[in-house]
Amino acid sequence: MPRARALDRLVNAARHPFGKATLILVLCYLVFKYGVAYVPPLFGVRSAPVPASVLLQFMLTALAGVLIWLSEDEDRWRSFKEPIRAVLVEPDKGRIRMALLVLLPLLVGVLAYQQVKPRVVAPVGLRSIHPAPPGQITFRGRTMRIPGLENPLRAGAEGGRLRQAYERGKRVYVQNCVPCHGDLLDGFGHYAHGFNPPPLEFTSSGTIAQLTESFVFWRIAKGGLGLPPEGTPWNSAMPAWEDFLTEDEIWAVIIFLYEQTGWSPRTSEETGAAAE
Amino acid sequence: MLAALAALLLSLPDVALAQVAARDTAGAYGYFPGIGSRAAVWIVAQLHLMFAAFVLGVPIFAMVAEAIGMAGGDKRYDRLAKEFTRLLLVAYSATAIWGALLVFTLSSLYPRFWGYLTQVFSVSMWIYAALFFVESFTLYLYYYGWDIWKEGAAKLWHLGLGVLLNVVGTAVMFIADGWLTYMMTPPASVRPETAPGTVGVWTAIANATWMPINIHRTIANVVFGGSIVAAYAAYRFMAARNEEERQHYDWMGYVGNFIAISALIVLPFAGYWLGREIYAYNEQLGITMMGGFMSWLWIVQAILIGVLFLAANYYLWVGMARIPGAERFRPYTKWMLIILVGGVIVWATPHTMIATREELVAMGGSHHPFLGVFGVMSAKNTAVNLMILTTFLSFLVYRRANSRPVVSWAKTATWVQGAIFATAAAIVVFYGVYGYFVPAIVRIGFSVYQVLAVLATIVSVTVLDIFLVRGAESRGAIRWGEMPERSQYALFILAVTFTWLMGLMGFARSGIRQHWHVFEVMRDTSPWAATPALGYAAQIISVCVLIFLGLVGFVFWLTSLVEKPVPAALGVAPVARVEPRFAPGSTGE
Repeated sequence: MPRARALDRLVNAARHPFGKATLILVLCYLVFKYGVAYVPPLFGVRSAPVPASVLLQFMLTALAGVLIWLSEDEDRWRSFKEPIRAVLVEPDKGRIRMALLVLLPLLVGVLAYQQVKPRVVAPVGLRSIHPAPPGQITFRGRTMRIPGLENPLRAGAEGGRLRQAYERGKRVYVQNCVPCHGDLLDGFGHYAHGFNPPPLEFTSSGTIAQLTESFVFWRIAKGGLGLPPEGTPWNSAMPAWEDFLTEDEIWAVIIFLYEQTGWSPRTSEETGAAAE
Repeated sequence: MLAALAALLLSLPDVALAQVAARDTAGAYGYFPGIGSRAAVWIVAQLHLMFAAFVLGVPIFAMVAEAIGMAGGDKRYDRLAKEFTRLLLVAYSATAIWGALLVFTLSSLYPRFWGYLTQVFSVSMWIYAALFFVESFTLYLYYYGWDIWKEGAAKLWHLGLGVLLNVVGTAVMFIADGWLTYMMTPPASVRPETAPGTVGVWTAIANATWMPINIHRTIANVVFGGSIVAAYAAYRFMAARNEEERQHYDWMGYVGNFIAISALIVLPFAGYWLGREIYAYNEQLGITMMGGFMSWLWIVQAILIGVLFLAANYYLWVGMARIPGAERFRPYTKWMLIILVGGVIVWATPHTMIATREELVAMGGSHHPFLGVFGVMSAKNTAVNLMILTTFLSFLVYRRANSRPVVSWAKTATWVQGAIFATAAAIVVFYGVYGYFVPAIVRIGFSVYQVLAVLATIVSVTVLDIFLVRGAESRGAIRWGEMPERSQYALFILAVTFTWLMGLMGFARSGIRQHWHVFEVMRDTSPWAATPALGYAAQIISVCVLIFLGLVGFVFWLTSLVEKPVPAALGVAPVARVEPRFAPGSTGE
């Protein structure tokens, strides 16, 4: 009997707006924290834990949503506040009140300690999505304007010539890029685990698929050392390949990257460069 | 020999640039104590812009309100319009003062750059000043003639003055837009060596981003005007001394919010066009803005616009409790909320995440392998379009709440409306998903289909609804004044968020020029040429927002000094400060 009564109380608590709000937030946390990391791999989709900064952002959004749901209806809002009010003022809730008075400061203390305790890791920082390219670069003493620059190996290239460029790019890639970026172009080369952040992968829709060939040329030619000061620290170990490859070899490897992944480089609209 | 050496030196770009910089810096810049010249000009320009948006947005609001009052015979709209036109008199002075300050700071702190601009735009500056005169005096006529020209044809003439005021005001803004857009996207024919006096005024004004900015700002001004009106109403609602005031300001808050959100719904489309033109003009500008160091501002923007959508919908949903008949729609609000919250989460998911080194290793880079799909424009366009559709649905439900259509085809029309919504949502989702499988250039075109689907829905459903509720029976009068006070904070949030967003995104647009006064034409060689960090920029903008809101509060207070005390005049008993009397589901008329 007491077990049935306890179950009833639990069900009632779960049906109460306060209980529902708590359950929704707990569910959101479980989905964001564990669901995103572990459910997609069950279906063969790669995933990873959500960074703490993004988890916080998601939870705050969910909290705002829950508060809106609670307070957009007068009855629901009043019901939600009832247990809070009861714990704060009702005489028979003295023990809960005292427990909260101890637990809440403790919780804040633990969180504060977690934030300020000494660590030996580098601090997190904002990183740009893509570094903005300069207006022009000097490639082996020659000035090149980056915006609007097109891959010369594609100009008038029929199937045969494009194939030739692809084969040349493939050779360049295998000889120079595979150790880091991997033979599947997925960023998992033999040396990849030695770098943090790891080498870029090219297969997803978020990397070279978003970029023009001129941008990719600039990144390959200038490497990590040529990254702009804003958005630092980039922590990129990418060499400046202009010291090792010719201009044609770089354009050829760019053709290989796009042909091999199946992505098309971002191209210009008729009025100018592409927009998104 | 010397000539050869000089030629050699000039052929080295860096050396030549250094020479130009040294030459340009001499006498080119003044000094402002404490905060530096850039911050001084920034603050003054930002405040001038905020007041300008206020005095351009509120007249649109007043004119529309007056026209609605004339068409429907509802005197409340006329009172509302006049109340806000009175605010404009003081606000115009503030705008002019900040404008004059901007000219003084520019001419004293950036004399060479200011000289350059005046050489290019001198003719338009004279026209600008002349139009400002016309605008000011039209405003005086519009306000002081309100009670004289209030009946019949005279009222129509008065409304004509309101139209003229808005046309001239918009023309003034368009001219100023020409100056600032020239700094960002000067015509390709203008080079560093081009003498400013030889640049045609029209060529300079009609640059690549002029019209997108014009449209974006015009719509944004309506949003801004509406939100300030709503915030004013919220304050007056909470400070109401009697029931009549409470009802009036509750209604005013609703009207302000309605106009603000109606315009907000189309604002992202105009912003998208502007962004697209910036990319089309110069890839470097585009990447700096969206993918480079300004990219985090877009995450902030997504969060803030998410706040706007949530606050606006919240206000409507809470307001439905005072509408008899609205209870039949209440069960659906939670589903709309889920779409909105989901939309905010997707829209604000960064492509490149803030992560510790361990988290970076786990993700295999700074892009999350699964959530990364939310970081690109396909997902974000889909999210924002669904949020717009949802907000429009909220408005529709609110509008229909107390109506009982009497036309025989009412049920069919409601089903058709539902089908239009479903089709639009399907189109938005389809192109959002399909966008991942096509090249970028094709994907960009998909956003146009998404936008068209949403706009077509808004137009067709609204037109259908107008005919549907024509002559409809009322389920009971709206109980104006019966709003919980927490709903009014949503209106404050809207106004503050709009103001803050204006400053932040204005910085994003202006800051992408980086170390150029005029992009790739006139270099900024001052000590403040470096683009400021986002944190510093946010602090400056926040200070501007606080100053602006403080001054607007002062303007509100100032104009309230001439108000007649309503309770004495109407003999209405003061309202008791209690919770609203309504309960959901009650019909309580």
